[in-house]
Amino acid sequence: MSTSVIETKVKGIIADQLGVGEDEIKPESSFIEDLGADSLDIVELVMAMEEEFEVEIPDEEAENIKTVGDAINYITTHKK
Amino acid sequence: MSHRRVVITGTGLISALGTGTEKNWQALLAGTSGISLVSRFDPKKIDTRIAGEVKDFEPEKFIDRREVRRMDLYAQYAMAAAAMAVEESGLPVGPDVPHGYTPERVGVIVGSGIGGISSLEEQHRKGLEKGFDRLSPFFIIQMIVNMAPGLISMRYNCKGPNWAPVSACATSAHAIGEAWKSIKLGETDAAIAGGAEAAITPLGLGGFSVMKALSTRNDDPAAASRPFDKDRDGFVMGEGAGMLILEEMEAAKKRGAKILAELVGYGANSDAYHVTQPAPEGEGAARCMRLALKSAGMNPEDVGYINAHGTSTPFNDANETKAIKAVFGDHARKVAVSSTKSMTGHMLGAAGGYEGVVSALALSRNILPPTINQTSPDPECDLDYVPNVAREAKVDAVMSNSFGFGGTNAVLLFKRF
Repeated sequence: MSTSVIETKVKGIIADQLGVGEDEIKPESSFIEDLGADSLDIVELVMAMEEEFEVEIPDEEAENIKTVGDAINYITTHKK
Repeated sequence: MSHRRVVITGTGLISALGTGTEKNWQALLAGTSGISLVSRFDPKKIDTRIAGEVKDFEPEKFIDRREVRRMDLYAQYAMAAAAMAVEESGLPVGPDVPHGYTPERVGVIVGSGIGGISSLEEQHRKGLEKGFDRLSPFFIIQMIVNMAPGLISMRYNCKGPNWAPVSACATSAHAIGEAWKSIKLGETDAAIAGGAEAAITPLGLGGFSVMKALSTRNDDPAAASRPFDKDRDGFVMGEGAGMLILEEMEAAKKRGAKILAELVGYGANSDAYHVTQPAPEGEGAARCMRLALKSAGMNPEDVGYINAHGTSTPFNDANETKAIKAVFGDHARKVAVSSTKSMTGHMLGAAGGYEGVVSALALSRNILPPTINQTSPDPECDLDYVPNVAREAKVDAVMSNSFGFGGTNAVLLFKRF
């Protein structure tokens, strides 16, 4: 799966779950500060990404995913 | 209890008859049935295939799309009805608005009989399929009953008492009564009070069905809810919300609020008899009606209309009739009694709030909504049930009855203002 496909899918999940327009979602967007997510949203986003990409994101790794770019990087690196 | 008086200044209704107070009121006066075949899921083997589903509800009209995803349907109904009631009343909260109430003195008491049962079913299914470590992080907040008042308080900055009564079909009558008490006692100056329900799900419908509590008139849904009629065969599940804004009278007058009616009495008690059946002769219900009259310092003769619990079960309607006769004596023949559940179905935890609004509207607009589907009189139910057609009548006080599984009773008393 190419990075651009991953990026598109990640943005789709975020747009759907956080109710924001895809054009507002930039790699540097912080989930909490820019996209208005709270801790429960982050749990749900992580779960949705785990299911979509069939990766496991351990809690200690999830804590470091603060921006959209962090998520895309993690998945690109760990997706088999 | 105290000299403080409590008035109603806003209303919000959602039911099978539609979304919005006015839409509901007009449908009630027209004698419209909201009952139809269940469309939200396939009832399959469940004996009852009919219910009063809300069909026109668009949550995004009242709630941010993102919040909608985090809320069970029952909480969406509660929030939407609260939004309608606050808008109608113009309830001012906080120092930044003219006549704004101190946030700490505005309560939100909003209940649900069952809570987020559709979320519970969905997440249980997901747990079985994918594992119980894959549940939605929003599941608990969707399911728990006090999330409705919690969310309402966040939107309107109401920092006073915040809780959710759960007393089956008496839930929102208790909510309104307890909010009334809180204002009377001087604990609060205003409150958002009522209830919401969204339990027309496989578990909800199936559960009530196996109790043999529901009508099975599947071939004629509009005629299924027929309180007090001889051919009644059980209640029909409804859903939705009923919400009221209550304010301390002097404060409401001072800010120039439009006052719909006064809430003057409240009774709450228990049958201490059986899990589902009412006590013989409606003993508990009668005692509760007397409590409400006593709290208002009123006599039975003062009441011109009773919005009955009237569920359309053989037991309730006969017993409620006996209870009314016991309390009202000769006046029972003169007082008008109707059950709007004949049109909305039984909205369970939302019923008391819905019917509280209906009672206030009957007082302020001088029209009594009918009991529809009155075709075969039952010798056991021989009062004036305002059969089939709404009636113009100027009454001075209205009683609203709510009785719930578990033997719990709540009665509210409204007065012309």
